[in-house]
Amino acid sequence: MSMNTQGRPTSAGEASVSAIDTFTGNRALQQEEALLFEIGRHGTTGVDLDEPEAFTSRLGKLQRKAPLDLPGLSEPEAVRHYVRLSQKNYAIDSGLYPLGSCTMKHNPRLNEKLARLPGFGDIHPLQPLSTVPGAVELMAELGRWLIEMTGMTSVALSPKAGAHGELCGMMAIKAAIEARGEPRDIVLVPESAHGTNPATAALLGFKVVTVPARADGTVDPEAVKALLSPQVAAIMLTNPNTCGLFERDVVAIAAAVHAAGAYFYCDGANFNAIVGKAKVGELGVDAMHINLHKTFSTPHGGGGPGAGPVVFSSRLAAFAPLPFVRIGAEGPVLVEDEAALQAGETPFGRMVAFHGQMGMFVRALSYMLSHGGNGLRQASEDAVLNANYVRAGLRDVMTQPSGDRTCMHEVLFDDGFLEGTGVTTLDFAKAMIDEGYHPMTMYFPLVVHGAMLIEPTESESKASLDLFVATLRDLVMKAKAGDIARFREAPRFAPRRRLDETRAARQPKLTYERPVPFEQAAE
Amino acid sequence: MRYLPHSEADRQAMLAAIGVGSIDDLFLDIPANLRVHGLTLPKAAGELSVERTLGRMAARNVPAGSVPFFVGAGAYRHHVPASVDHLIQRSEFLTSYTPYQPEITQGTLQYLFEFQTQVAHLTGMEVANASMYDGSTATAEAVLMAHRVTRRKKAVLSGGLHPHYRAVVATTSAMASDAVDALDADPLGTEDILSRIDGETSCVVVQSPSVYGHLIDLAPIAEKAHQVGALLVAVFTEAVSLGIVEPPGAQGADIVVGEGQSIGNPLTFGGPYVGLFAARMKHVRQMPGRLCGETVDAEGRRGFVLTLSTREQHIRRDKATSNICTNSGLCALAFTIHMTLLGETGLARLARINHANAVELAEMLVEVPGVSLLNESFFNEFTLRLPREAAGVVEALAAKGILGGVPVSRLEPGRPDLADLLIVASTEVNTVDDRIAFAAALQEVLA
Repeated sequence: MSMNTQGRPTSAGEASVSAIDTFTGNRALQQEEALLFEIGRHGTTGVDLDEPEAFTSRLGKLQRKAPLDLPGLSEPEAVRHYVRLSQKNYAIDSGLYPLGSCTMKHNPRLNEKLARLPGFGDIHPLQPLSTVPGAVELMAELGRWLIEMTGMTSVALSPKAGAHGELCGMMAIKAAIEARGEPRDIVLVPESAHGTNPATAALLGFKVVTVPARADGTVDPEAVKALLSPQVAAIMLTNPNTCGLFERDVVAIAAAVHAAGAYFYCDGANFNAIVGKAKVGELGVDAMHINLHKTFSTPHGGGGPGAGPVVFSSRLAAFAPLPFVRIGAEGPVLVEDEAALQAGETPFGRMVAFHGQMGMFVRALSYMLSHGGNGLRQASEDAVLNANYVRAGLRDVMTQPSGDRTCMHEVLFDDGFLEGTGVTTLDFAKAMIDEGYHPMTMYFPLVVHGAMLIEPTESESKASLDLFVATLRDLVMKAKAGDIARFREAPRFAPRRRLDETRAARQPKLTYERPVPFEQAAE
Repeated sequence: MRYLPHSEADRQAMLAAIGVGSIDDLFLDIPANLRVHGLTLPKAAGELSVERTLGRMAARNVPAGSVPFFVGAGAYRHHVPASVDHLIQRSEFLTSYTPYQPEITQGTLQYLFEFQTQVAHLTGMEVANASMYDGSTATAEAVLMAHRVTRRKKAVLSGGLHPHYRAVVATTSAMASDAVDALDADPLGTEDILSRIDGETSCVVVQSPSVYGHLIDLAPIAEKAHQVGALLVAVFTEAVSLGIVEPPGAQGADIVVGEGQSIGNPLTFGGPYVGLFAARMKHVRQMPGRLCGETVDAEGRRGFVLTLSTREQHIRRDKATSNICTNSGLCALAFTIHMTLLGETGLARLARINHANAVELAEMLVEVPGVSLLNESFFNEFTLRLPREAAGVVEALAAKGILGGVPVSRLEPGRPDLADLLIVASTEVNTVDDRIAFAAALQEVLA
């Protein structure tokens, strides 16, 4: 291990010299890869297509006039380009991914296989419903599982991701309030909430009022009661919350909210902790989105696609958006439009074209069927067990914001243990990269100083957790021993060192710019 | 259970290390009367069993590839090269999270940068984001962005806009107390939208090709919009059309949004798809969604990061430009790989094949007695007027093993005056035999 003997911190943008330079810039399996726009060629295509025979164009005067700057690659070049790019990524398949609140668990390949069955992958959303009864059956079955797991009344499957599900739930609440003819325009959001919560409420014109947290990050029913009024439409609460704690007083909070005529929206991002252990319907929740890409393991894909079905209580069920699956005497029916509504169905509108993330529905149902009711409960228990095992392994060397207490599926540390070391949460996280780990969620929730939120999930074995804990313990010792360079210069072994994010924001380069403009080069 | 690594002995050892006697001791924060002791659901099942259960459901559906297939109206069946689906299933792409740690997610970040560049070039715009959920939600977000840019609150929607897109915009706008002036359905492609644009207008939203297939000349609409300080939001649902149609950016669009499913992504009953979102650089700070930008690392090497995140929910919370977080990363990857394989050469040729097939199909179908074509112009999709209600005709065609388009009544159920209209699409997957079979079956059904 080479050491920077001067202890000089290396920050982004400040060049430092690598130990050994190679001619190519490659480092064995770490291949530098140019941009498509640097290696692609105009005139090259990796798809063999026959030019059509002569025909009379019906484009009128709107035929394209200028060339498009879209270089192509042959198939072997394209495969190599994207394989090399893939090798610069960390993934749950290659290592523990302890991002708190993100639930990065194993993605079974069976689910990929089944989503690609032609009967699911190759059906059109607008082909006659008489030709897709199996698709509607699958949606109904997924809905049945979600309702049983949550103890709620109905489900809207169409939202495309968690934040979209929040929007769906809050739209239903807004529609319900308008149906009652009440001028409620305030939404209560705890300090510890995900940023999507206040963003969603604001999008719908609600005023966001922050609920202060108790010292341990949980919400005090008295604090909620103090803010409730005839102007309050809803509270948006995450349970288990973003500190990894179950809201002990959730029933009292729900009762107070309902007594004030408001609704209880639950952010279901942390549902993985309580499947088969508690039903949100019995906690007083009126609407909750479920991230199929978290709890039910549809692959996160480097940033989506997700799926965010929303379950509703009887108080909101009638407002669920189109389309929805109605379970009738003759089996499930996909209701697509107002013309097909029955009495008591008053959807607030439509959130997406077509019917939602069918590909994710197949994967999630495959996951559910594989686990069964017993396996889903076991998965939640193991997720909570693993988080507490990590807590137990680190509690004597790292600090917890509200003392050492049982957590749910994620364990929260603050940066108290780094005080006086000169190492920050960011430095600590980047040093984990050099040890071969993806960092935990950092600086979130905002209510905790230098927060580090670790969610190991149920996918990790005891041996995997033992090594992870030993690694973090070793890093803590090194930080306390003054081995600052290890942290400030980290990561050293990743495909890139720390990146200059300030420069990216101040001089935004969001598309490739050719040294010679394409128009001139094409002439 | 095959996905759970612990043995019972592991669990007991871990509970002992934690210092509790049983797993229930970890759930004491859940009030005792609310603890659930089992779900009324089937027990765990092996791969074989799950494959049987879901395979049986899949077998009840008619896959597009098993029949002559002419269904479009917002989602299109194209041939996707085998390498695309292989590459997107690389573990490092499939099972990675949003690239919050750029040092170990340069793969995702670089393809997003390439994707943004491809989308900007394809649409003729200056900047594109790293994807939205789909075309319909991208359209709703474009309207919200136009309201922020213009500080006005009224959107004018063309009658050629996909009715589902119109409904999504209308729902969002109603909830946000914004105004929508939606023109009547425009199956003929002849609406007068210019007269609806006024000083209150924030944006005018026009789809080309329209849901009925018409190519719309956007330039005069852009000119009128700009005269009154409004923006033109151009929408497309068939990205392949841009291989031979003049890009919206060249026609004066201020925001271009569309559905990217056609490139790289299967039909999958409507999702997941990938929303494309492009704009002018001067409005970049009002854009929704993730943006990937170029920078350098501590050794001066080029690298990529998510940037301009002060627009986003995790920083700005209730002041964010959008609540979007997870988007359509892997579908964007499929788009960008397919587009890279095509290149301009392949894309233009693919577009010509689509257009040629549709022209040939239209010529065949108008020979069927009682059938007329409503389009002067079209790309790979057009609207027919039938001598009777289209929904029944489509069912009769399905009974003959042909999926023959989308009856307008499926999209506009409250409009009996449009019930005789049928939207028909033809892409490169159709053979001449498919077209002949379709024309013959239509003739039989209408006879």
